[in-house]
Amino acid sequence: MEKFTRRKFLEISGATFAGSGLIVGGRKIIENSLYATDKTKGIVKIPSYCSICFWKCGLIGYVKDGKLWKLEGNPLDPLSKGRLCPRGNGGVGQHYDPDRLQAPLIRVSQRGEEQWKVATWDEALNHSAKKLMEIKEKYGPQSIAVFSHGPGGAFLKHTLRAFGVKNFAAPSFAQCRGPREVAFELTYGEIIGSPERTDIKNSKCFALIGSHLGENMHNSQVQEFAEAIANGATIIVVDPRFSIAASKAKYYLPIKPGTDTALLLAWINVLITENLYDKEFVEKYTYGFNQLREYIQPFTPEWAFVETGIEPELIRETIRKLAIHKPASFVHPGRHVNWYGNDVQRLRAVAIINALLGNWNHKGAFFKPVKMDIPKYPYPPFPDVNYDVVYNPDSKYPFAGEEEGLTQGIRSATITGEPYPIKAWIVYGTNLIQTLPNQNETIEAIKKLDFLMVIDVIPTEITMWADVVLPEAIYLERFDELNISPFREPFVGIRQPVVPPPHDQREGWWIARELAVKLGLESYYPWKHIEEYLRFRIESAGLSYEQLKKDGVIVGKQQPIFVEDGLQLEFPFTPTQKIELYSTQLAEKGFSPLPTYERPPEPPPGYFRLLFGRVPVHTFSMTQSNPILMDMVNENEVWINSDIGKNYGLNNGDFVVLVNQDGVRSNKIKVRLTQRIRPDCVYMYHGFGHTSKKLKRAYLKGASDTQLITRYDIDPIMGGTGMNNNFVTFEKV
Amino acid sequence: MNELVITRHNHLIDPTLSIWGWEIPLYLFLGGLVGGMMLISGYFILTGRTKNTLCSCFRIPIIGIIAISLGMLFLFLDLEHKLYVWNLYINFKWQSPMSWGAWILIFIYPILFINALLRLPENFAQKFPSLEKLSKEIQAKPFLTKLIGSLSMIFGGLLGAYTAILLSAFSARPAWNSPMLWTLFLASGLSSAAALVHLVGKDPYERHMLAKADNGFLIAELIIIILMLIGFVSSGQVHIDAAKLILSGPFASTFWVFVVFMGIIIPLIIQILSVNNKIPHTNVAPIMVMLGGLILRFIVVYAGQFSHWPRNVFTGF
Amino acid sequence: MARYAMVIDTVKCVGCMDCVVACKTENNVPEGFNRDWIAYETIGKYPNLHMEIRSERCNHCDNPPCVYTCPTGASHISDIGGIVLVDYDKCIGCKACIAACPYDARFIHPDGYATKCTFCEHRVVQGLDPACVSTCPTHCMYFGDLEDPNSEVSKLLQSRKYHVLNPETGTKPQVYYLI
Ligand SMILES: Nc1nc2c(c(=O)[nH]1)N[C@H]1C(S)=C(S)[C@@H](COP(=O)(O)OP(=O)(O)OC[C@H]3O[C@@H](n4cnc5c(=O)[nH]c(N)nc54)[C@H](O)[C@@H]3O)O[C@H]1N2
Ligand SMILES: Nc1nc2c(c(=O)[nH]1)N[C@H]1C(S)=C(S)[C@@H](COP(=O)(O)OP(=O)(O)OC[C@H]3O[C@@H](n4cnc5c(=O)[nH]c(N)nc54)[C@H](O)[C@@H]3O)O[C@H]1N2
Ligand code: SF4
Ligand code: SF4
Ligand code: SF4
Ligand code: SF4
Ligand code: SF4
Ligand SMILES: [Mo]
Repeated sequence: MEKFTRRKFLEISGATFAGSGLIVGGRKIIENSLYATDKTKGIVKIPSYCSICFWKCGLIGYVKDGKLWKLEGNPLDPLSKGRLCPRGNGGVGQHYDPDRLQAPLIRVSQRGEEQWKVATWDEALNHSAKKLMEIKEKYGPQSIAVFSHGPGGAFLKHTLRAFGVKNFAAPSFAQCRGPREVAFELTYGEIIGSPERTDIKNSKCFALIGSHLGENMHNSQVQEFAEAIANGATIIVVDPRFSIAASKAKYYLPIKPGTDTALLLAWINVLITENLYDKEFVEKYTYGFNQLREYIQPFTPEWAFVETGIEPELIRETIRKLAIHKPASFVHPGRHVNWYGNDVQRLRAVAIINALLGNWNHKGAFFKPVKMDIPKYPYPPFPDVNYDVVYNPDSKYPFAGEEEGLTQGIRSATITGEPYPIKAWIVYGTNLIQTLPNQNETIEAIKKLDFLMVIDVIPTEITMWADVVLPEAIYLERFDELNISPFREPFVGIRQPVVPPPHDQREGWWIARELAVKLGLESYYPWKHIEEYLRFRIESAGLSYEQLKKDGVIVGKQQPIFVEDGLQLEFPFTPTQKIELYSTQLAEKGFSPLPTYERPPEPPPGYFRLLFGRVPVHTFSMTQSNPILMDMVNENEVWINSDIGKNYGLNNGDFVVLVNQDGVRSNKIKVRLTQRIRPDCVYMYHGFGHTSKKLKRAYLKGASDTQLITRYDIDPIMGGTGMNNNFVTFEKV
Repeated sequence: MNELVITRHNHLIDPTLSIWGWEIPLYLFLGGLVGGMMLISGYFILTGRTKNTLCSCFRIPIIGIIAISLGMLFLFLDLEHKLYVWNLYINFKWQSPMSWGAWILIFIYPILFINALLRLPENFAQKFPSLEKLSKEIQAKPFLTKLIGSLSMIFGGLLGAYTAILLSAFSARPAWNSPMLWTLFLASGLSSAAALVHLVGKDPYERHMLAKADNGFLIAELIIIILMLIGFVSSGQVHIDAAKLILSGPFASTFWVFVVFMGIIIPLIIQILSVNNKIPHTNVAPIMVMLGGLILRFIVVYAGQFSHWPRNVFTGF
Repeated sequence: MARYAMVIDTVKCVGCMDCVVACKTENNVPEGFNRDWIAYETIGKYPNLHMEIRSERCNHCDNPPCVYTCPTGASHISDIGGIVLVDYDKCIGCKACIAACPYDARFIHPDGYATKCTFCEHRVVQGLDPACVSTCPTHCMYFGDLEDPNSEVSKLLQSRKYHVLNPETGTKPQVYYLI
């Protein structure tokens, strides 16, 4: 913690202190107010929704004398229920971050050399439009790829679809949830979706496989997790690390990393051999039980013990607990599930256990998400372009996502030029360098490009590679796409400016529209200002736009989301119209129709498996420049089992360099010796170890897990990148 | 196995308290020194040595005023909210040693001043005939002389003890929290004072006698240190840990080498030899004594900030 | 007169630091300083571990050495439910109160005065919960009046096991941890 200076502080806050303090209720409050001045006049509250992660919690921004003061949850919002997570509260810091991108930049030197000239928006957008049209001329629209993560990219994607682009990808599939959604779609014909449809708060018993709730701060889930704890739910946590969730669990299963499928198969085995499963439900709603019964015989708890290191009795006891409480019990499908490259099979096992518990759309397990139906805006139809997407040549990965694509698929096509060349990347809201496994490949691909345009808010690593940098106004400074998340009740949320952007940053919708205009696609924007668009959609849904702006959210009528309140169970979207314990679709594509376990590779001697996860106060690699959140946790540490650490002569707070199996060396990182992790792996928070010098606060603070993830195993079913098969050893510095 | 991770990083607090740097130890040393000098001066006055024109009791107050002013300067330098310092003197908080200290310091000045009036330095006397007149009047009334003597002994004692009580009152800092601390500081203050007066004293008899007295103070100091450590280790775990700081911990070597050995034992030996006329009186011993006294204040102030109550609640692991 | 206290359920607390962030924005705590913080304490040997997570802050002690040691009266027990406060215009920055606090709950504000958790007295006088309490996503923090036997905090302390921090220092802390 470098010593604080008042000057620096004022730079950060961009504000002056109230010498006198403000008057509340006639009494003098001795507290100073950061963003208040001596001329303190009342406070303005403006509702909007958060964007520090993709949960989209409703918030209320407090503005004091035109300066952003604080954020609070919007009590009307079903996702935040009036309480933001630490990152959400810290969003204030993103507005005051002194290192923000302030104006458009155009590169004046080699890519990789960090030299730009400050440009006007007109220059920057003309330049970009010119480039894109040239490339389209020469190589066709298919040679342009778009990486866009988060709701903010909606309008940009609209513009580029109109331009004929089809190659869109987001890390949310191949680096995040893909295997889960595929496994559940194969099994139930429905995905889990975000926000997750798990009914944690009413559950009597549930198992978390990884899923480190409490560190993973997805707001509603954490709130429900706490409710479950208070209700005395039986919590089972399966994790090689004694996570926060584990500390709340009745049963902690210290599993050997990568062997979860073995545990899950053994659980299925016990459910069936001990007749604990829901016979009626299985009878009525599932397909392929007999094949499953046959298949599962060898996978006894004793067999699983050898793989997982978990006592057979503990395996039996835990699944029995889940069975006793069915249907108000479930195995959580997780979220970040691209672990080992055979993840769909693992998630299929999870889906199957839940089916055997007969808990689908039952209270205490899963609910049926409902969505406010808000008509789309009547845009003119997009030009029909007939070419195959680049990232999945001849559907190599039969179940790859369409909406979110395969990020690393675009990357490899860019490197090889196969199936066809990719010449331009447009990147919105994703820091590909810190997000995709194997940074060398990402950089190699970038070097092959004719044009790279990045729309971001801070100078992250990907931004440093851009030819054109377009600084967006942060979420608190702009209008944006509506939040129509599927959840427990239908609702719609609005994002509207709480404060104006401090410099020449512009709103995403405006950037997208201007680009469209410069690309000669104005006809695709019948509206001039986004409020026309928003008002149209809201009013055509029969709602009041004024009310939405005033309240931030409008909640619709409660609908049945559980069988318990009259919901009918049906599975129209699977080939057999049943829950497919035996997946006919996998069989058809030549994959094992029943979940297979593959033993994960062992670390070489002297090496440890590198595991990674979340720290409650940061989001990926996007918050390390936030002065408030960096003040909470300003570097990551490598967790090493204290017994192992002692053997290596390491002490808490020592710095080490991590060297991975391919000899890649990390930035130096602090050692945290702890009993809270297995001796055969180490752990670190994702998102640190920034290498962009312009991120002054974050530059070389801690180490980057991504840098050490040079090996990734692709799931043959859906093309996700398993990132947990990397191994590191330490060198003292 | 007990792991404790705390997410706090407050400047001057974490990982350990470091609110007080060099200013406070110096202030405490000077306070103790002046306290000691006033005791000595008072003693001389009461024992009628004022007849002797060379008596140190005439020079002590001058040195005292300078020393205490320096001390107060250091105290002021340590304040973080300096412009508000006047608040110290529009309040008296009887529970607050620091408030006591502030006011004691205020009383010290007039006492040192009238003490100085007992016999003004020549050049001074000529410059300020009015003062010279005052001085003459005081000398004319022996009971006034006696009064001055007693006052400077009383407040000297208070001042000397206060510098320690200031610290020992902090029960939050086990290493300070000892009933012996004030006697230690008093003894150390006296030995330093004796050493200083011995240095600057003109009258050979006084110098000899002060060297003797100093030996007494030094021996007392040794005994008190031992008693204090016994006191620590024979009470609760936190105090045992506190004692460890100077017995085996980060402050041990400095303490034993500079305070005990070079600040007490060596000068003690030298002075025992010199008072028994084995060797002539030198300035070496007194200087060592004063340095020892100064370093003692530094160690105590730092060690105290190092020591704290356990932050973990699980025990027995 | 009221006796305000905070009761924190360590069984629900996940150590997410939301309370710390909320305090920072609500009270504009300068960069590099914390009025509240989290202590994660783990005992045992893997995999048999037990963990307690505590959101810690000034305990607004009933017997506050920080107040007694203050030479100017800047540190005082306010008439608002015994909340311990600092009057910044009386503070000389002598740091005696910091030395006096067994919990190291205080620090010197960059502007020179001693400061710490105020129990969000400015919110409490408006009938609001402290910022940290009202943001906690696990609802594990409770604030209220112990003089009122029907207050949630009183009820919790009657019905649940709890401990306070370093009771042996005799400060009579008023932040209670349910176990
Ligand atoms: N604070 C914060 N919260 C977030 C995010 C954030 O950036 N910051 N991001 C959000 C997003 S998009 C996502 S996808 C989620 C991700 O959060 P999760 O879905 O919970 O991610 P996981 O990878 O399941 O959780 C990591 C945990 O898995 C454990 N683990 C590692 N390998 C294995 C293994 O082989 N087996 C088992 N059983 N456990 C293992 C690790 O020890 C760690 O405790 O977090 C969301 N919430
Ligand atoms: N090694 C490793 N890789 C991972 C993960 C991991 O745990 N470890 N997690 C994976 C998972 S689960 C996910 S979901 C992905 C997440 O991957 P990303 O979505 O890439 O997450 P970030 O790294 O935070 O990058 C977000 C980028 O968006 C920018 N940004 C923030 N706000 C705005 C805005 O309002 N407008 C614009 N235009 N840009 C903005 C940020 O500055 C940052 O550059 O990462 C995946 N990759
Ligand atoms: S979970 Fe936290 S960061 Fe994510 S949207 Fe909600 S408040 Fe914002
Ligand atoms: S906000 Fe609540 S759950 Fe999070 S650390 Fe603070 S007290 Fe614990
Ligand atoms: S916790 Fe410390 S600062 Fe707070 S009242 Fe108690 S002693 Fe004073
Ligand atoms: S620092 Fe301020 S509040 Fe603390 S004791 Fe000194 S004057 Fe009182
Ligand atoms: S009560 Fe208020 S001041 Fe105290 S920690 Fe909570 S938010 Fe901060
Ligand atoms: Mo994710």
